[in-house]
Amino acid sequence: MTICIVDANSGNKKSVYNLIKYLSYDVRVSRSSEDINKATHLILPGVGSYIEMMSKLKKYNLVDILSNEVLIKKKPFLGICVGMQVLSTFGYEFKKSAGLNWIEGIVRKLKTDKLKLPHIGWNNIMIQKKNKILDDIDENSNFYFLHSYVFESKITDSIIAETSYGESFPCIINSDNIWGFQFHPEKSQIPGQLILKNFLKL
Amino acid sequence: MKKRRLIPIILLKDGAIVQSRNFRDFNILGDPLPSVKRFSEWASDELIFLDISRDEEVKINRTDLNFQKRVSLSDVLEDVSKFCFMPITVGGKIDNLEKIEEYLAKGADKVAINTFLNSNYKFIEKSSKKFGSQCIVNSIDVKIIDGAYKIFTHNGSKILSYNLGEWLKISESSGSGEILINSIDRDGAGNGFDIDLINFVDNCVKIPVICCGGAGSYEDFLEVATKTTVDGIAAANFFQYKEHSVFLTRKLLYEKNLNFREPVLLSI
Repeated sequence: MTICIVDANSGNKKSVYNLIKYLSYDVRVSRSSEDINKATHLILPGVGSYIEMMSKLKKYNLVDILSNEVLIKKKPFLGICVGMQVLSTFGYEFKKSAGLNWIEGIVRKLKTDKLKLPHIGWNNIMIQKKNKILDDIDENSNFYFLHSYVFESKITDSIIAETSYGESFPCIINSDNIWGFQFHPEKSQIPGQLILKNFLKL
Repeated sequence: MKKRRLIPIILLKDGAIVQSRNFRDFNILGDPLPSVKRFSEWASDELIFLDISRDEEVKINRTDLNFQKRVSLSDVLEDVSKFCFMPITVGGKIDNLEKIEEYLAKGADKVAINTFLNSNYKFIEKSSKKFGSQCIVNSIDVKIIDGAYKIFTHNGSKILSYNLGEWLKISESSGSGEILINSIDRDGAGNGFDIDLINFVDNCVKIPVICCGGAGSYEDFLEVATKTTVDGIAAANFFQYKEHSVFLTRKLLYEKNLNFREPVLLSI
């Protein structure tokens, strides 16, 4: 198997690369259609804004390439942080803009009331639904979050786990062969390694 | 529930780990990698690397220390991110967007931008627009002069004209995602955190605050965690010198129900 970290030139692709390498998998960072084509698993890491991520996916012609691999060929796909958020229909960071619309929903600012924003730090998850991505993971597992915007899914069936910060929001989503993590597995020490391994075992 | 954070700070000078006192005296301790390894094994919540190298100094090739010489923060980051799978913030003389891009590409999650000019908020604004507020930490060094908190710049040698409250508002509205507040008076003194300062800063802004300066004992951590609601508690020397100190501090704060992650010894 070969894992391709999709290089939209946005975010911490190096950290994700280092972790997968550390877990002894064959991995490359690339945006070429050939590499994406050959890969068995696709990962889209992301830091930064929704609009920037979408504009880069378009700029590098990745929307069509990925749609073909993920929606037609059904390759396991994982979006991390903003990489998960762009799976939605629309994002409302700065202004309304269209996403990939692979999982129906919108991305909007977290409603935290008096709590501080961004949501930075370790938080546990609340499991909503059984899923093979959760092997060896329980509700006491803490993951590292770094964000102000959240995915509000229109398809509640796609919500595997939620996290609470001012309100509950989806932190793991899944629809068919598509997964999304709002937290950063590559920065979440042991629980992060476990959950990423579960994805690579798919 | 989101946990509060315990954060070791690693001070680097020309790629070597150092100990600092009042921003003036430095002891060179050596290769940073074993420390980082220890810190990640003891389940720190994050690591902050602060580069305090000064341009004007001649770089001496130290033959007395037997470690692989890394001269820049970038070199250290490159090595560290291969085995350290936890959040990393880097800081020290970050004054252009290219530098931020370089650090983020090498595995950093956040950068600490020091307040070094009255006009510095413009740089914070530019960086947060490009990289997002979540990765911009404004690091502020404070010293008490005539009973008032003054912001010091240039490694503690110049004073900013804004007062602390004014600057915090400017910093927050310019797009800082976090404040790292450091007390120069307490730096390396080990006589406890400046509780008044930390509460003042924490109440002033709606973004998370990390405090540092003054940790000398486990009780100091207990005090700051109890008397403030600060999100992150950081220390450099304390964690560097005391065996298993991150683990033991975490254990204490966890057992007192102060909302920290459970202590686990990780074998990474």
